[in-house]
Formats: sequence, structure tokens, C-alpha cells
Amino acid sequence: MSLHTEALEGGFASPVLGAQATFRALMDAMARPGTTRTAGSNAAPPHPLGVAQGAVALTLADHDTPVWLSPALANATTKGWIGFHTGAEIVSSSAHARFAFLAAGEPIPDFHGFAAGSQDYPDRSATLVIELPALTGGPTFVARGPGIKDSTQITLQGTPADFLRRWAANRAFSPLGLDIVFTAGSELMALPRSTDLQALGG
Amino acid sequence: MSTPETDLATYNFAYLDEQTKRMIRRAILKAIAIPGYQVPFASREMPMPYGWGTGGVQVTAAVIGPDDTLKVIDQGADDTTNAVSIRAFFQKVANVAVTTKTREATVIQTRHRIPEEKLTEGQVLVYQVPIPEPLRFLEPRETETRKMHALEEYGLMHVKLYEDIARNGHIATTYAYPVKVEGRYVMDPSPIPKFDNPKMHMSEALQLFGAGREKRIYAIPPHTKVVSLDFEDHPFEVQKFAKPCALCGAHGVYLDEVILDDKGGRMFVCSDTDFCEERREAGHVGELGVANKEAAE
Ligand SMILES: [Zn+2]
Repeated sequence: MSLHTEALEGGFASPVLGAQATFRALMDAMARPGTTRTAGSNAAPPHPLGVAQGAVALTLADHDTPVWLSPALANATTKGWIGFHTGAEIVSSSAHARFAFLAAGEPIPDFHGFAAGSQDYPDRSATLVIELPALTGGPTFVARGPGIKDSTQITLQGTPADFLRRWAANRAFSPLGLDIVFTAGSELMALPRSTDLQALGG
Repeated sequence: MSTPETDLATYNFAYLDEQTKRMIRRAILKAIAIPGYQVPFASREMPMPYGWGTGGVQVTAAVIGPDDTLKVIDQGADDTTNAVSIRAFFQKVANVAVTTKTREATVIQTRHRIPEEKLTEGQVLVYQVPIPEPLRFLEPRETETRKMHALEEYGLMHVKLYEDIARNGHIATTYAYPVKVEGRYVMDPSPIPKFDNPKMHMSEALQLFGAGREKRIYAIPPHTKVVSLDFEDHPFEVQKFAKPCALCGAHGVYLDEVILDDKGGRMFVCSDTDFCEERREAGHVGELGVANKEAAE
């Protein structure tokens, strides 16, 4: 497949219903942190963008939302695909992005490089969409906060060793801060800024 | 609704165009991430007047899908003109299943009430909100109320409620009674009776609020703390009713007064019509109710 045709293909088979289903998965995931949803089963974004990750882009990004791509994603194919299907501008400055997409295995840049919103408008913050090898099988974190009855355990695989410390710093900034959607293939899990994460037994 | 057929002839699924849906969906996600905070959005004209709940309609339109079952209530009833029109609108533009049964619904759009039946996981309650800013009557300037929320300056709100107490001996606010969400943002719960406020606390359902004219969306995720503002010496209390529902005999539910004749005859009945009907079908009878024959047999 040529670079050009790859960028034109792989959108939702039905854009309207595909976006609705993906949004609903995202909304439920954001409302219930720690739960896993399936999204984008009929989207086929170009590798290494994940299926759910690509579906999130198709569902939420457009010309009002600058998009930042991690080094592994900042290639002509991915840029072309997101540009063609969403109309979003790809920006090189992470601070200007409303959405940031990161490939599996890449280092997660300093959160401070992304918009955290302002005191008056904490909603004007970036959402990071981070592909992981899997949403389970990693170290156990205990999650508490809105959307979680008592507490729940999550075992994201492939988060950096200092993730808990960095997430605590993001949460200390609340109500400002980043929100994260973790994806792995066709699955996604959301981590809104309101979620408190602790090491198991910590 | 006065919408001519031709206007709807070329509608997209759920009426809104995809760009508008994306904008509303992004606002909903941020609203969920910041419980109780009002996210601005670019409200669209809807084929109905503002007073009909265009904010709620836009939220529902951005959320709803072909697998949903929609219930619409107005003052607790499914059969008012407003509720019937909005339900018919979504049947037409989204071809969704509709119901009057609270437990069958996946999306419930509401004006003025929260259903009596406990909402469950997987349900979304969408409120139609006329005035989303709880501080508006204290401070008309949006820039100032934004600042007050940012700095958690909610002292004026307490002063207002306390003036109520000084004047009336109790807090006179009975509708749109302000709440604090997750210990942070003070929020207007829309004009529901304060009787319904406790139902918002730690609800299993996701609660979304849409204000069309003022262009705000806000949210309460499930399992989130929602506390009605009060004072140590004047704790928050819900309305109490002297008698149970005259038709179904239910206690501990919100009742509406119904005038029976021009000689002062009146009765108090469930405002939640689905709840009342289901109880009567199950054989419950209030003092003015008629025994359901099938149930009695
Ligand atoms: Zn009743």
C-alpha cells in the first residue's frame, strides 16, 4: 500500500455510529476510572497507532484541537492519516496540543510540557492518549476518587517507573491537570485528573 | 414542537452535525474529569425554544446511540408536552427505543426531578438546566464568578443562605438548592426540589447537566460526593410530607398537590408518575386511589 492510500483508508466504516460508539466507551471509561472498554473495532489506523487510539483521534480531534504526536508517531503516514480523517493540525509544540498521542514503549514526556488548563478554565487542558503493551499485567496501583466505588486495582503494563510520583504531582495541581486515556489495541482505560493512585500496600 | 417536517428532512443521526457533537463530547469528557465545574461549549440552535431544555437535548444528542433506550421526564411525568415532544424528537432523529419505565432506560433526560427509583450503573441522567451558575444572583459578571470558583470563594453563598435563616428561621430555598461536589466546586443542581439532592450523592449513574442558553456543560461522575450546603446549627433537610401519596400510598417520595374541585378539595400524589403507576399496578392503594382490579383479583 502506498503512503498516500494508507492515509485515506482505515477510518470508521460508519463515521457517525463509529464515533458515537467510541465516545460512549470513552465517556463510560472516564466516568469509571479503572474499567476497561473496547473501542474502534471497525477502524484500522496505520501502525503503530493502536486501534482504540486511532478511534479516539477519529472521535474527538478536528480543526479546533491541535494534535501532538510522539516521535514514533510523528511520521508522514500517521500525520497524513490524522490530518485526512480529522482535519486536526499537527503541532510540534506539545504545549499547544489538546490531544497528544504516544506510541507503546516510548518515554512519556514531562507532564509540564502539556497544557494543564488555567485556574478559570481548568478544562483547557491536554488529554494524553498513551498506547501501552497491555492494560493489565503490570504493577498494582490502587485507584480511588470520583467514579470509583471505594477503591479499585489497576495493573497497567508499561508505565514508567516514576509514574506514580508524576501522577501524584499532576493530581496535586487539581482541578488543573492532564487527563490520560491509556489504550492497548482495541481496549482503553481512562485516568482523569481526579483519580488518586497509590502503590498497593503503600 | 413547531418544527416543520422539511427542517428535519436532512438531519444527521441525532440531529446535530458531527463537528458539534465532537465539541460537546469533548466538553462532556472534561466535565467528568472535573466534577461540578462548568465547561463552556458553543451551544447550537435547536428546533425548539430555549425554555424546552436545549442544553439537555444537545447533551442527549451527543451521547445517544442506536442501542439506547430513552426516557424523558418533566416534573416527574413522562406525558407532559415537553417530555412527549423531546421523546418524539429523538425517536425521529435517532430512531431510538423509548420507555417510561425508569429501570428500562439507559439515558434519562429530565427537567425538575430525579426519578424515585434508584438509578443504576450504566444509566445516564441528563438534566436540562436553565441557569447553571449558582453564584449568578450574587454576582452578575461571568469573569467574577469564574474567579470565585477558581479561588473557592463561596462565602457569599453561605451568607445568602444564612440571611434566609435570619429572615425565615430556616433556609427558604427549596429548588435548585446549591451543592458542593467532591469537596471542591459549588454547583447548581438545576431546579429539582431539594428533596432530590440526596439522590445525587454517590449515585451509581452518571449525571450530566446541559444549559443551552448559558452554554455550559457540567457533570457528576458515579460514586461522587455531593453535599448540600448547610450550617451546623441549621443542617440541610429535605421536604417532608404529612400524608403518603393519595393514589398509591407511597411514603418518602416527592408529592405534587392536585386541585380536585373549586371548593378547596385537593390531594397530594407522587410527582414521579411512572413510580406511582407501577405501585398501583402492584396493588398499592392510597386513600383516594381506586384498587387495581387485576392486582386485586
Ligand atoms: Zn403515588
